[in-house]
This record gives sequence, structure tokens and C-alpha cells, in this order.
Amino acid sequence: MLAYILRSLMQGLVVMLAVAFIAFSMFRFVGDPVVNMLGQEATLQDRAELTERLGLNDPVALQFARFVGDAARGDFGISYRQGRKVSALIMERLPATVELAVLSALFAFVVGVSLGVYAAIRRDGWIANLVMSLSLIGVSLPTFLIGIGLIYIFAVELRWLPSFGRGDVVMIGWWSTGLLTKTGLQSLVMPVLTLGFLQLTLIMRLVRSEMLEVMRADFIRFARARGIPERRIEFRHALRNTMIPVITIAGVQLGGVIAFAIVTETVFQWPGLGALFVNAVQFVDVPVMSAYLLFVAFVFVVTSLVVDLVYVALDPRLRTGNPAMAK
Amino acid sequence: MSDTTVLSVRDLTVEFVTRRGALRALDQVSFDIGRGEVLGVVGESGAGKSVTGAAIIGLIDPPGRIAGGEIRLDGARIDDLPPEAMRKVRGKRIAMIFQDPLTSLNPLYRVGEQLVETIRTHTSLNAAEARQRAIALLDEVGIPAPERRIDGYPHEFSGGMRQRVVIALALCAEPELVIADEPTTALDVSVQAQIIALIKRICKERGTSVMLVTHDMGVIAETADRVAVMYAGRVAEIGPVRDVVKQPLHPYAQGLMGAIPSLEGDATRLVQIPGSMPRLSAIPPGCAFNPRCSRAFARCHVERPELIRVGSRQVACHLYDGPGAEAAA
Repeated sequence: MLAYILRSLMQGLVVMLAVAFIAFSMFRFVGDPVVNMLGQEATLQDRAELTERLGLNDPVALQFARFVGDAARGDFGISYRQGRKVSALIMERLPATVELAVLSALFAFVVGVSLGVYAAIRRDGWIANLVMSLSLIGVSLPTFLIGIGLIYIFAVELRWLPSFGRGDVVMIGWWSTGLLTKTGLQSLVMPVLTLGFLQLTLIMRLVRSEMLEVMRADFIRFARARGIPERRIEFRHALRNTMIPVITIAGVQLGGVIAFAIVTETVFQWPGLGALFVNAVQFVDVPVMSAYLLFVAFVFVVTSLVVDLVYVALDPRLRTGNPAMAK
Repeated sequence: MSDTTVLSVRDLTVEFVTRRGALRALDQVSFDIGRGEVLGVVGESGAGKSVTGAAIIGLIDPPGRIAGGEIRLDGARIDDLPPEAMRKVRGKRIAMIFQDPLTSLNPLYRVGEQLVETIRTHTSLNAAEARQRAIALLDEVGIPAPERRIDGYPHEFSGGMRQRVVIALALCAEPELVIADEPTTALDVSVQAQIIALIKRICKERGTSVMLVTHDMGVIAETADRVAVMYAGRVAEIGPVRDVVKQPLHPYAQGLMGAIPSLEGDATRLVQIPGSMPRLSAIPPGCAFNPRCSRAFARCHVERPELIRVGSRQVACHLYDGPGAEAAA
């Protein structure tokens, strides 16, 4: 059990180091940082001084070690374009993205699992079939189209919801939240629906097919033969077995939701990390780009670690520490 | 039907509806099981043994359905009960043991949780009492240190031990009838005898009737009181196990018994029944066994034999019907 967690942690660490190396390489290949920082009119002496001060004359390995050390302490350098610390920029934008992504993930997971279970239990019902057909639309429509469609209906035509921004936010310490004001909540509705919709349909279809599979298992038949009520078989015996593979896929998906909110943030002018990244790309703001890269990797590593732990909590076969027993 | 009859099946017909019409998996099957009696049911794969068990406990998977006949438990019909009423019969009055103990238990719950769940579904015991009962049951089926093992997960038990847990689960609510559908097929040979002995002992102690579905004639000979031989969805012969095993009447039953290897005597080639059982969609008119029967005559190709009484047993064969029947026997 402990070995299992340690192994997951080690794997995460290796992934982070690999990504850190790529992020570090960006500084060397995407333009010259000295030119980027000093601009066109700098003298040769200025450049030599800065090169020395930035440690760019040191061996590459040492520079990389310094980069990793700084990044581990949350220091990603200074944005070329805005002249502020990248860590401060990220902290400023983080709450917007986290609130959006977590709510989307929650929405996708709760609604997706519920609809999937419903579609599996009422397999031949017309509502289940309708839901399944509609989910095909969700799988095939691009995110930005859904966002623009929602804006057209609810912001332009009906004028119920704001079409862009976060609305009013309240500061709790350094965290800005849109959850406590009416306009903040209204502003969240459409971005959350847009970002969560694709994941919702994927999770729903996955839950349905996994659950149908589990319902054919021998132990379900044996539970029926013992007279266990059908509801209990569905929600206790079948659902937990269904969730094991679903959690894995959903976990990776949800990591993706947090990391790739870019499109949704662009459509809704959402002041989050995705928008920060898009702007950074336009201005070749390498420190911001590399920090964002590390952030995305970090989110994926953490979600997969959490998935591994949930896995252990759900499946006793992984807890005995005997890998041969686990299937 | 006498007072001691627990289960009575009459003209049970089960059909599977397919695109090309209905297939009859069971065709007018009739038999009784007495209180405390072990009825062995034998036959080849696809003869309808398992379907009979599933029909009795009300768990035929669609598109299968009971198309005719009736099933009575203690004299009261159970084949037409509404689903919720039938659910209460399952596990409480009729229990079932399946073939593969490795997949019969939910891998995510402790065996104790599954036992307690079943006990509390059918009785009014509270959680603590149900746990005590579960421990007693595990002890009874021969699980060592049950008060500790009750908190184990299924994967921590061996195959034979898991089948013991399955038996304990089946006995939770003291059913009148246990349907054991090839309970030893998936187990090691060395464990098979133990499990069969366990089922026999427990049911004898409790007066529980057993319908033992198997294709192992040795198991039948050792365990059953009576035996029903099934062929192509019908009962070919049914009677006391001594008579049927020693001196089968139906040509199919004769072939089946002749195919049992014997330890005594010369190692001769085993008797083999020529051909194979017809598919459900291609059952010949008359007696279903006629294409493979060496003693078939004109009547066998036209008229379907009904079960008729011959001495202590019933047999569905024209050889024993009408004039000259004795000579044929």
C-alpha cells in the first residue's frame, strides 16, 4: 500500500522533471532572453552584464538545476511583457480558472454519472434513448461552438446572462471568488456549461457502457438470486464496480478540464490562466509560457495521484499489497 | 402431489424469442422434489438443466420467458408472482448456488457485508445479530476462524473456500429449496468431493431440498435420491437414483450411463452416443432423440413420447408404451 503510493509519487516526480526540462529549454530556443529583456537599444556592455547576472554563462546543467530549484519555490522569473513576477500573475489569475474548472468538473461528473446510470438502468426507455442521442451531439460539437451558441441564446437574445467576464468578485485573502455575488454566479453559468459539456457526455457514455457490462456479471446474478432488492443491486453492487474504470478516465479528463480551459476562457473573455497563456503566446512571453506548462503538468500529476488513491479506496484487491491478487 | 412435495413443476415451457421465431429451451417439463430430497438433474450442455433452475427461481434473462406450465412451491404457484413478491421468495425460500465461486461474490465488499446484507434482507435481525448469524453460518460451512474471516474480502479466499461462502450465502434465510447449478464444475477435483459432501450434510441436517444440476454422473450417484435425465429441453427419464444409474430404461440414459468410466473390469473403450444433441431450432418431429437412437422405430419419428410410469420411475420412450413393452425392457 505504502509502496504503491510511493511509486505513484516517484512517477509524478519524474514527469514533473521531464516537463521542467522542456519548459527550461523554451528559454533557450524561443528567442534570446537577453534581447527580450533589454530590448533593441541596449549596449553590448548592458547585455554582457545581464547575461552574467542571469547566470547564462554557467553550464547548462547548473542553469537547469537553478531553474528547477526556483520553480519548486514558486519563482518563475519576471514576465517580459508586464514586467511583474510571473508567480504573482499566476496567483492573480488562478482563482478564476480553478473556480471555473472545478465547477465544470463537478457538473460534468455529477450529471454525467447520474445520466449514465439512468441510461443503463432504463436501457430501453425513450428518455434514455433520447439522452444517448443528444450525447452524440455533445461529443461531436466543438467547445467554442457551444459557447457561442449559448452566448447567442442567453446573452444576446434572451439577455438573461452576461456574455463575458467574471462579474463582481469578492476577495477572500488573496483569493478572488465569484461565488458570493449574484453577477459572479450568473457569469459562471455559461462558461461552466460550455467547459463541462464534452466531459459530461463522455462520462455519461462511459458510465452507461461500464454499468451494462457489470450488470451482466455473475455476482449481480447471484445477488438477484439472494433476493437483494433491485435498487440496492444497482446502486450498491453495480455502481461501485462501475466507478472503478470510470474514475480513471474521468480523473484524466478532469485534469484536462483544468488545464485546457483556454478555449472557453477565450470565448467568454474569462480572466483566467488560459487567457493569460494565450496573451503570453502572442507576445512570446517565455517565462509565463513555461510557468503555464509546468502548471498544466502539475495539475495532471496531482489528479492522477488522486485517482490512484481513490482507486485504492474503492478496490480492496489493491489494498492487500499483493499485486498478483489484484486483477 | 403429496404433502411432502416442496416443489412441483408441471408442463414447464420456456421460450427464447428470436428474430427467426421462438426457440423452445424447455418443452413441457414436469417433476417434483420432496422435502429433504436431493434431485439430481443431468444431461448434456444445452439440454435445459440450467434454464430449468433459472425458471424456478424466476431469473430467466430476456428474451427468454416462461411460455406455459406452472411451478408450485408448497402448493402455491410462484411462476406468475409479481416481481417484488418473487424477489422475496428468492433467497428466502429458494436459494441458488452458481457454478463459479470466483465470480459469484462481489469483489468490492467483505464477505461479512454480503452475508449480513442477505440476512437482513430476509429477516428482522439487527446488524449485530445478523453478524452473529453470519459467523455461525461460516462456521457451519467449515470456514476456519470465522469470526476473523468474516471481515475478509472474496479475493482473500481460495476457490473452495469461496464456494463455501457462497453456500453460506444461499443458506442465510434457511430456504426450503436450494438449486445448485453445477456447484463444483469450476473447482479442483480434490475440493469437489468436499463441497458436494458439505451441501449434502447441511441440507440433510436442515431438511432442505436440493436440485443438483450437474453433468457429473459420479456426483449424482453419490448424492442424489432421485435423478432426472434431460435431453433437448425435455425430461427423458426420472426415477430413484439406484434404478436409473444401474438399469436405465431410456436409450439416451443408457448411453449416458454407458459413458461412465469404471475402475473395475477391463479398460474397454467407453460407449459413445453417436451424433450430437440437435440445436433448439432443429429439433426433429416425434422423439427428439430418434436420429441418434439405435432402437428407434416408425412411431418414434411421428409421435412425441410422453412421460409414462414404468415401475418406480417415469420414462418418455415408446419402447415402454403399449403392447410388447415388457419385451423391450
